[in-house]
Amino acid sequence: MARSLNIIYFAWVRERLGIDQEEVALADDIETIGDVVTLLAERGAGYADIFSDTGKLRFALDQDYGIAATPIGSASELAIFPPVTGG
Amino acid sequence: MIRIVVGPEDFDIAVETRRVAGQGGGAIASFIGQVRDDGNLASLELEHYPAMTEKALTAIAEQALSDWPLHAVTIIHRVGKLVVGDNIVLVLTASDHREAAMESCSFIMDRLKTVAPFWKKETRADGATKWIEERPSDIEAAGKWKN
Repeated sequence: MARSLNIIYFAWVRERLGIDQEEVALADDIETIGDVVTLLAERGAGYADIFSDTGKLRFALDQDYGIAATPIGSASELAIFPPVTGG
Repeated sequence: MIRIVVGPEDFDIAVETRRVAGQGGGAIASFIGQVRDDGNLASLELEHYPAMTEKALTAIAEQALSDWPLHAVTIIHRVGKLVVGDNIVLVLTASDHREAAMESCSFIMDRLKTVAPFWKKETRADGATKWIEERPSDIEAAGKWKN
C-alpha cells in the first residue's frame, strides 16, 4: 500500500526551498529518516544543496527528535530544520 | 504546577512571579532573556514549530520537576518580530530553598537553548538578514546536566 509523509521545513531550510511543507510518497524501501533525506537530495539541484549535508540538519518525527537511523514506522509528519536557536 | 506560554504577546514579570509565588515555597529563581543590542540590529524574527514547541517545553519542565523539589515552573517564550530590549523568554522556578530554584532555572534555559524548536533571524540596520547559528558554548552548557 502506498504510504505518504508530510514533510515540513523551518528557518533557512524553508526559505531556500521556497515551500514550508509538502506531501511525499514513500516507496516500500524507504524505512528511515535517512532514507527520506536521501530521496529528497536526489530531487535536483536546490534539494541536493540542502539535503546532502545532513550535519547541518535536525529531524523530528511526529514532533519528537529523531536521527537518520530512526524508522519512519507509521509516522505522518517529518520536520526538517537547522539546529535550534531560541532562548 | 507547570505553566507554558508560547506566543507573540509580551509577559509581565511581576504578574508571573506572583502566580508562581502563590504555589508555595519561599525561593523563586527567574531568568529573563531579552534582545541584545550589539550595534546595528534592526529586528529579530523568531520562528517556531507550533505543533512541537509546547510539547518540548513541557518535557523540559517535567524533567526539572522530577529532578528538583519544585512547587512551580513557568516557561514563557515569545515568537514573531522583536526589537532591541524586547523580552524573549522568561523562566521562573519555585522551591523551598534557593539551590533547587536556581539550578533548575539554569537547567531549563540550557536545555531550552538546544532542544526547543525556535529559530532566530536577525535583520541589520542596512536591511541584511541572517539566520543565527547555534553556539558551541550552548551545546556545552546543556551537556553539563547529567539528566
